[in-house]
Amino acid sequence: MARIDSPEALEALREEIASRRNPETPCVSICAGAGCIASGAAEVIAAFEAEIEKQGLQADVDTRETGCPGFCERGPVVVIYPEQICYLQVKPEDVPEIVSQTLKEKKVVDRLVYADPTTGKKAVLESEIPFYKNQRRNLIGSNIRIDPKRIDDYLAIGGYAALAKVLFRMGPEQVLAEVKRSGLRGRGGGGFSTGRKWEESRRAPGDTKYVIVNADEGDPGAFMDRALLEGNPHSILEGLMIGAYAVGANEGFIYVRQEYPIAVENVTVAIGQAKEYGLLGKNILGSGFDFTIRVHRGAGAFVCGESSALMTALEGKAGEPRPKYIHTAVKGVWDRPSVLNNVETWANVPLIIDKGADWFSRFGTETSKGTKIFSLVGKINNTGLVEVPMGISLRDIIYGIGGGIPGGRRFKAVQTGGPSGGCLPESLLDLEVGFDELTRAGSMMGSGGMIVMDEETCMVDVARYFLDFLVDESCGKCVPCREGMRQMLKILTRITRGKGKEEDLALLEELSEVAADASLCALGKSAPNPLLSTLRYFRDEYEAHIRQKKCPALSCKALIAYHIDPDKCRACMICLKKCPAEAIDGGKNRIHVIDQARCTKCGTCLEVCPSRFGAVGKISGIPVPPPPSEEARTLVGKGKKA
Amino acid sequence: MDNERIDQIIDRHGCEAGSLIQVLLEIQREHHWLPGEALERVSERLQVPLTRIRHIATFYKAFSLVPKGRHEIHVCVGTACHVRGAARLLDTVQDLTGIRPGETDPELKFSLETVNCLGCCALGPVLEVDGKTHGKMSPSGTAEVLKHYE
Amino acid sequence: MSEILLRIDGKEVGAKEGTTLLEAARSAGISIPTLCHHQGLEPYGGCRLCTVEVESRGWTKLVAACIYPVEKDLVVRTRSEKVDRIRRMILELLLAHAPDAPALQELAKEYGADRDRFDKEASFCIHCGLCVRYCAEVKKKNAVGFIDRGTRREICFVPEIATKECWQCKECFPLCPTEALQAAFVLTQSLFAAPPASGPDRTRSDAGDELP
Repeated sequence: MARIDSPEALEALREEIASRRNPETPCVSICAGAGCIASGAAEVIAAFEAEIEKQGLQADVDTRETGCPGFCERGPVVVIYPEQICYLQVKPEDVPEIVSQTLKEKKVVDRLVYADPTTGKKAVLESEIPFYKNQRRNLIGSNIRIDPKRIDDYLAIGGYAALAKVLFRMGPEQVLAEVKRSGLRGRGGGGFSTGRKWEESRRAPGDTKYVIVNADEGDPGAFMDRALLEGNPHSILEGLMIGAYAVGANEGFIYVRQEYPIAVENVTVAIGQAKEYGLLGKNILGSGFDFTIRVHRGAGAFVCGESSALMTALEGKAGEPRPKYIHTAVKGVWDRPSVLNNVETWANVPLIIDKGADWFSRFGTETSKGTKIFSLVGKINNTGLVEVPMGISLRDIIYGIGGGIPGGRRFKAVQTGGPSGGCLPESLLDLEVGFDELTRAGSMMGSGGMIVMDEETCMVDVARYFLDFLVDESCGKCVPCREGMRQMLKILTRITRGKGKEEDLALLEELSEVAADASLCALGKSAPNPLLSTLRYFRDEYEAHIRQKKCPALSCKALIAYHIDPDKCRACMICLKKCPAEAIDGGKNRIHVIDQARCTKCGTCLEVCPSRFGAVGKISGIPVPPPPSEEARTLVGKGKKA
Repeated sequence: MDNERIDQIIDRHGCEAGSLIQVLLEIQREHHWLPGEALERVSERLQVPLTRIRHIATFYKAFSLVPKGRHEIHVCVGTACHVRGAARLLDTVQDLTGIRPGETDPELKFSLETVNCLGCCALGPVLEVDGKTHGKMSPSGTAEVLKHYE
Repeated sequence: MSEILLRIDGKEVGAKEGTTLLEAARSAGISIPTLCHHQGLEPYGGCRLCTVEVESRGWTKLVAACIYPVEKDLVVRTRSEKVDRIRRMILELLLAHAPDAPALQELAKEYGADRDRFDKEASFCIHCGLCVRYCAEVKKKNAVGFIDRGTRREICFVPEIATKECWQCKECFPLCPTEALQAAFVLTQSLFAAPPASGPDRTRSDAGDELP
């Protein structure tokens, strides 16, 4: 790979790459993102390579392993170019048929295309699938088109043109102005104006400055940064360099969570390939601008997603946050001006430069510009990554794109913003998604995690779950967070175990106030949010737990009992045999009864009871009905009671 | 792990205080735990006090100061998996292996850890053994998965 | 260097740039309670007892006085209903660990903190970090440090260093607000092998004589 030493050479290379690629040549793009790999994509890729060779088509068909396009529920995902036919849930056994039918004979394999779950209506092309159609996939739409380990793919779709524009046709102040004008706000959680943060660093005294990619993505349930970093690492490198140029930095860090080995590998390969082309290192594209990047792996601490803790970790120390009275944009890593931004924020930068701040600000609302990628997970039909313009309603995301709640169950709440966020109830489904709107409602945007909950989710347990998470992840330095949350968790655990007291709610609110007001960092300050939002919208559930020792969602183990309805039980013995605690008494034609003393509430019996009987249920807040008498337990004939 | 190997790792990452975490991550990856002698060597060469190294080795979840089992079980307890029943899955794994998160069984067969999100939320609840992901796990299917590991 | 003028509890105070609110207040004879602060050590900002209300450019916020730098025209309130509530809760949370610590008891009286608000915790340590920081910054021995994080965080002596250094030093013992630090040291000492052959025989319980 020869060094590209000028913007003209870059464009010439781009043309040369395009000329080598025939857009009519069939190409099989298979998602090799973490989710699809876990669903067996590696075997599918191998099957394609084997079958293509077997049918002698190596010269005529390309294959491409790509990053995540977002439709994780239906993975492994395969898109056939040039038609853009999309096949879902592809298995290795399907591959020979796809190769013969679609690649050779240009016929669609009907059973593998998208079908609407209710109407059965099919969508053959990727662009027709409602899940994708209702999104605005400015960022993630590129993933299926490129192999993250081939820089030429990125160049082929216009990559690094923005960098060339910035280095040769824009001064740093101009870049700052453009990014400010776009209205881009941080996509990691804080929602701070990106342009203003860059400007603060630019104005800060000091010769050595840093730009940092926060790829720690600690919010459980959020994996959009992973998809971007794994699937299109060059877009982040390009954004980072543009920011570095604007700020006056020549060194960058990418802090990646070590739980994302594929992302670490792909970004390392990307850096290596960019270096070979001279797009990283000294005198980039002949502009005189130098830039180097170091990849730093996280070691397993949620708090390191907090910007000052991350910078402390970059210095090789335990990730304890620092007070932010002096912004890290002024004094960050090694006390030098440091601009830290989230992966998705950086990914937006090349687009803003390429297409302009005006284009970017057409999407979204007055105060929240652009698109946002949400990870839509939990009790939702179409689990995956969705990219939508800010301002869309929660309802449109959850129902229009997400396909609603599985199993015909009822929506109960959606949790946004990770452990710093809150739960929003059904009454707020028409809320327009935006930074300030979510904050006003008692939650926050956070990194974009969107966890859907249904009637089986206990909101008290959700609050306890998040506190448990934060207690584990707190750095422990300051009293309000360490001690405050310690006590809050104790109280909430007691409540979920049926030992709640009337005064508990007031004490929880008091502890929340101290944590929110006096904690050292944002982890502690926002820690009470899940609790406060669930108290605000679901107070009745707390009261039921405390006063009636009842869990309305039938979830808290200590407050529920599994019970076999003697009117429905047909003594089929399935639950009896599967019960890992051997807690079910019964036999052939003898109605089964659960021994509550031995029952561990694992839920297996409920899981395995045939749906035509539906005899196993959960009860809460009332005593378990006594078992029927021996005679009443005997089934006579084909399932009829005596 | 001998000092030569540790020195190689240190030199590769740059013998400076800032590389501490990266060096320890690599020792952990190769050796599956951080022996005391390794920490002392790192302290000596990087000129970093042992208190800082011990703080880091206990602060971050990736490190283990005791040997781990042959097979590492990770149960995802991220929010999406939690909502889909990860707690029950974890209980089942604990019952089957006899150990709790952070522990290793006496025969050094399994080490159990909870993880906060593997990014495979569509497959929740998720169980990962030796890096292999098992999705849509139910408590009843767990024994089936674990019995394949010696 | 020109002085920065601010108001603390209604009093006009002048201070050099870089001075903390705590130092500025003290120079004006206004006291703010602290636990983790020490003249000879870098400000820590861990106990949050020194939380005060500050107002600038129309915004009010709560900050730790021991680390917040003075600002022109800042209005500081070292006591208020909110501040007092926060300090009381912090004390109550700490009293669960060290209910008999004299430093805490005095403050508890002033702020009306209830010693028994929370059930007693197993560990006496209130994580002021004075012992750790003193040994690192002043003695530069690093014989004691923190391990783990969150509610599992604890102080821990490094036996190899502590057995060599601590006997002659013990300067951190009187720094401990809970007065229980020496117990932790002795416990560590007793759990590890006998010290080097040369020197006084430390395996006898001379140490017992040192404890109050």
